[in-house]
Amino acid sequence: MKKGLYLLAVAALLAAGPAFAEDTITIGFTASQTGKLNNDSTSQLRGFELWRDDVNAKGGIKVGGKSYKVKFVSYDDESQGTRVQQLYTRLITQDKAQFLFSPYSSGLVATAAIISEQYGKVMMSIGGAEEKTYKLGNKYLFQTYTGASQYLAGALDVLKHKNPKAKIAFVYEDDPFSKAVAQATRELAKKDGFTVALEESYSSSTTDFGPIINKVISSGADALLGGGHYADGSTLARQLHDQKAKLKWVTLLVAPDSPNFAKLGDSAVGISVPSQWEPQVTYKPDFGPTPAEFTKEFTAKYKIAPGYHAAGGYSGAMILQHAIEKAGSIDPKKVAAELNKTDVTTFFGKCKFSTDPKSHGLQTGHTMVLAQWQMKNGKLVKEVIWPDNAKSADVMY
Amino acid sequence: MIGILASVIDGVLVGAVYGLAAMGLTLIWGVMNVINLSHGAIIVLGMFVVYFLTGATGVSAYFGIPLVLVVGFLAGIIIYWVSVNRVIGRPILMSLLATFALNMIIIGLGTAAWTTSPYNVPVSLPGITIENYTFTGTHIMAAVIASVVAGVLYLFLHFTRPGKAIRAVASNRDAAELNGIPTRQVLAMAFGLGVALACVSGALIATLFPFTVLSGGAYQLKSFVVTVLGGLGNPAGALLGGIALGMVEGLATPFTPVSWTPIIEFGLFVLVLIAFPRGVFAFTKA
Repeated sequence: MKKGLYLLAVAALLAAGPAFAEDTITIGFTASQTGKLNNDSTSQLRGFELWRDDVNAKGGIKVGGKSYKVKFVSYDDESQGTRVQQLYTRLITQDKAQFLFSPYSSGLVATAAIISEQYGKVMMSIGGAEEKTYKLGNKYLFQTYTGASQYLAGALDVLKHKNPKAKIAFVYEDDPFSKAVAQATRELAKKDGFTVALEESYSSSTTDFGPIINKVISSGADALLGGGHYADGSTLARQLHDQKAKLKWVTLLVAPDSPNFAKLGDSAVGISVPSQWEPQVTYKPDFGPTPAEFTKEFTAKYKIAPGYHAAGGYSGAMILQHAIEKAGSIDPKKVAAELNKTDVTTFFGKCKFSTDPKSHGLQTGHTMVLAQWQMKNGKLVKEVIWPDNAKSADVMY
Repeated sequence: MIGILASVIDGVLVGAVYGLAAMGLTLIWGVMNVINLSHGAIIVLGMFVVYFLTGATGVSAYFGIPLVLVVGFLAGIIIYWVSVNRVIGRPILMSLLATFALNMIIIGLGTAAWTTSPYNVPVSLPGITIENYTFTGTHIMAAVIASVVAGVLYLFLHFTRPGKAIRAVASNRDAAELNGIPTRQVLAMAFGLGVALACVSGALIATLFPFTVLSGGAYQLKSFVVTVLGGLGNPAGALLGGIALGMVEGLATPFTPVSWTPIIEFGLFVLVLIAFPRGVFAFTKA
């Protein structure tokens, strides 16, 4: 009799389980709430959260006549690969996440992608620009950013116009993303006839750039390209200014895109940054908010202007939503098939994924801009300076 | 050529600050045979004290140094009575664990309170420019303050009664006790001094580089290398060790990729351990 009761209880639970689950779609991810990637990852997380609130306010994701509210399960990955590995496994097996967002930064995306592919879960990669990860024959990984090799193409283009004989120093963080950018750009620079005066990588935890800056000065370089992420990039910019490095052109990855970069004051003036997106862009979206609407909503909520990490987070999530709704199913295979067909423009720009089995999921539609911090009436502002058809101000060289 | 010289000078300036940090570690080791594994976390505490002090009062970070010294000393005495006193004279593993636990507590509380985002103490001083190379005012000032503090410590240890008591306890605790020196109090004072030195070096580092709650580990490692260079338990040697380490780093960087610096640093560490187990500057033993 007792056994029968147990069985009944288990049966009731089993029956009730799916009934609860039907109302929500669970999306799992980790964010770097602590550790060196904290600044950029937090922006990305805010993008996700703003999207979730918007979707849920409108009734949820519509799948075949039914609405699903979005539920997030997320953890702090401490900016560490080992944590990502454990937590993505947990997200899938224990938390039953149906879809995944990637963690922030190429290195962590590469780790998470191994897990998501193993379990056949669709993962939107946001903040993972290095191309190598997408050339491993993955089936469920989709990249929303332009790939790393394109990051500094704009900076070289500007240099070609301003100083075709520039001597370039490459100073970059020793991490997968920055290395991929630097290697691709160095080849492009050599092809364009520039001289590579110095090439130096530094560990992610570097805080004393004095020795490197002395080497840059000794090399006689007039342009510096490189950087890595927020913590090291902002420090490098500050110390370049303190040591009066007399460079005519500095383009750093990632760091100067953050609105926090303005806190550097005079050290920020003239520093340029390749950007996936800027609030000034004028893309006409096929669906979702316009760039101006997104900027306004984000600024109202977080009291800070969105950078590209925030915009990328929102738009990557929106692309997933679009694919789920088009597929009319939450089956990963059907959603992945729909993502393969994606060819849309959102406020973040164009989005199209490679369907070539050798580079499946690689972003092929999106393009970048180059932004520069300039002093306007005593105030630091970030202006888009490249390409010509998107620029909001002239290049300051 | 001037480039190499600039690199060496830069190295020496920063090395003096590392030397000061190592003095705190080596003083505690020399007096009570305790390897303080919370040294890095305490350096970070010094960084945050000066950060909040300058933020709240708007005074220059340098005026905050005496306060950091006092706060560090008092904190050190409290830490001594709470977690170190009981394990003195017990197997070395006990004190390692006690100070490591303290390290984890400080880092945990710090992460909860201040997250692990980077902080900066805004200081700007005019530097000195020679040809194209600029030595920033903050580096020069930090090295000067580190040297002054180290000098004052030397005078204190050699020419005052409490200082002499610390040295007496360090060389033979039983004999010191027989001579009427209250050794427990002296140990507490030495621990307080060690922590105060770590805090001041942290405050100085904060004026040079950005920091997070987790920054301490790197400076603790550097302190170990410097301590071994200077001779364990030898405060004067620690300052020289710091300067020597800075000089070696400065000499190496123009010729090797900067990412090689840790290899050179720890290669040196192992070499010194083999060739001079008592430290390169052991002859100056206090």
